[in-house]
Amino acid sequence: ADLAAKRMAWVAQVIAVRDGKDRAAFAELFGYFAPRVKSFLMKSGASPDLAEECTQEVMATLWNKAHMFDPTKASVSTWIFTIARNRKIDMLRKQRRPEPEELPWGPEAEPDQVDAMGLQQETEQLGRALATLPVEQRKLIERAYFGDLSHSEIAAETGLPLGTIKSRIRLALDRLRHAMK
Amino acid sequence: MSKIKHHLTEPLLMGYAAGTLPEAFNVVVATHISMCDDCRAALAEYDAIGGEVMVSSDPVEVAEASLAATLALIDQGFADQDRPVRKSVGSIIPQPLQDYVDGDIDSLKWRKIGGGVSQLVLDTSADATVRLLRIPGGTAVPDHGHNGTELTLVLQGAFVDEQDRFGAGDVEVANEELHHTPVAEQGADCICLAATDAPLRFNGIVPRIAQRFIGI
Ligand SMILES: [Zn+2]
Ligand SMILES: [Zn+2]
Repeated sequence: ADLAAKRMAWVAQVIAVRDGKDRAAFAELFGYFAPRVKSFLMKSGASPDLAEECTQEVMATLWNKAHMFDPTKASVSTWIFTIARNRKIDMLRKQRRPEPEELPWGPEAEPDQVDAMGLQQETEQLGRALATLPVEQRKLIERAYFGDLSHSEIAAETGLPLGTIKSRIRLALDRLRHAMK
Repeated sequence: MSKIKHHLTEPLLMGYAAGTLPEAFNVVVATHISMCDDCRAALAEYDAIGGEVMVSSDPVEVAEASLAATLALIDQGFADQDRPVRKSVGSIIPQPLQDYVDGDIDSLKWRKIGGGVSQLVLDTSADATVRLLRIPGGTAVPDHGHNGTELTLVLQGAFVDEQDRFGAGDVEVANEELHHTPVAEQGADCICLAATDAPLRFNGIVPRIAQRFIGI
């Protein structure tokens, strides 16, 4: 269970921000996530200055949208990633981001603690699976998420045949998705 | 929603999660996910992978005053623009699509493009295009090949081509290898959302000429 303890602490911090406008909890989240959001944005092609500005906006959005966070639907790392990704599309690509229609709310008003814990554990397992992927598979997954490089551009750059790149990504995704089951 | 048979592919779901697809493709993906619980669940996994890729990346030092600047932003009331939430209840146009069109199917500004087919091109970034197509039952879209990727999502009715039958919620992913002649099933108009990142390759001379005017 302590595998997911760090992640449950993030959940508690977001909830403290949501319910208590707790600046100390926000500072904890900021300390961990801001340098990683900035890294993601820079690897996605943002200049350091733009990435810094964008990171501050991502973290401010976290504060503003804390009321929309549901720990039974997404872990904190996933949720912040989606905020950062949308900000990246907006700022770097100047595009709108169409989002799927929200599912209607179910009867449960308070998120279930057991469900939330289960999701944090699955995400922890996913994180571990990613860390233990063969290095060439992990690099391809990272590039797919960070970069705007298409598979054929990666092929041209690495000299790997397109088929090899596609099958490595597929293999890696199979392992990662399996880790969440 | 009736049982959906044809779903988004792995690269499309991953590209949507990563934020690397053209806006036109994102419209199709978001609209399909609004109709499909399977792909919604799959997307949650791709988003989770994105989150773990992000947290496992080497942290980059933020500016010294970064936290203070962020708190100042919050105090100034910084808000990420929230989309107005529109309900799609009773409409065949799911919400992500309603953000791009004004009104419901019969009140849209359809333009005839020949052969009884009408279209409405949505306003997206220029790296790909997406349009609504309205094809009367029994009508065929001229046979064509593809220079890139074409996504066709059925919203109402159905069409049949050399691959299979595609009903409401189904998405067909066509690429360079596929040459097809989609035909709308008899009955209600087939209304679909079609995105392409390269011009289609029509065989007939008439559609080739028409292509210059309709921009497919
Ligand atoms: Zn689906
Ligand atoms: Zn086609």
